Amino acid sequence: MADVRLLGEGFSPSDELAAFTAAHPEAGGIVSFLGQVRAEGGPHAVEALELKQYAAMTLPGMEALAAATRARWALDGLLILHRYGVMQAGDPIVLVAAAARHRRNAFAAADFAMDHLKSQSWFWKREKTAKGWRWIEPRPDDHRDLARW
Amino acid sequence: MSEAGGATLVFLGRLEDIAGMGELAVAPGPLEHVLAALDPVLAVELLGERVRMALNGALVGDNDAVVLAAGDELAFLPPVSGG
Repeated sequence: MADVRLLGEGFSPSDELAAFTAAHPEAGGIVSFLGQVRAEGGPHAVEALELKQYAAMTLPGMEALAAATRARWALDGLLILHRYGVMQAGDPIVLVAAAARHRRNAFAAADFAMDHLKSQSWFWKREKTAKGWRWIEPRPDDHRDLARW
Repeated sequence: MSEAGGATLVFLGRLEDIAGMGELAVAPGPLEHVLAALDPVLAVELLGERVRMALNGALVGDNDAVVLAAGDELAFLPPVSGG
């Protein structure tokens, strides 16, 4: 089964990972990825980041991604948590964890899920700097990452 | 949510800033009629090459004719940037 959640409030990655690990004692390996709001200094420092979601598509899309990930690799469990709303430097944005009997499947599944979350999920991001809010367009790298699969 | 008898347009990402609102109640009908009633600056942005559309949560194909019925929700989706 997969645990897929779209969260409007902050979460504790360590608590979530501890619960996920405890729920999968049969797994020989668990690979996790945590994405957080980058802290940067200088004139381009980001004061806040906002992710917007669309209720009709964002969570359904994440659930479809989880199903595709589970269909591709033999996993004991899969965790996909993603924030929306306003976040500050250091806040967790995304946590993906894959539990599997063998580590290769866990590494690949977490990598696959992250690449698709970055470039194919229904989120829109804007950043606030000293100049105000600015919408962030996808990077070419995000699409190159997707082509790996 | 649309009012009884109406349809709803949803503007995501930067399109919300351009529209000055996240949602707009409109009269049902063919998409070209709906867009013709909007501010032309907004209509041009909504028709941008990189903007996709979703009708009631399902992506609309490039060549599909969209006709809004009562209760329909049509979302305009600029390029995404998650994670």
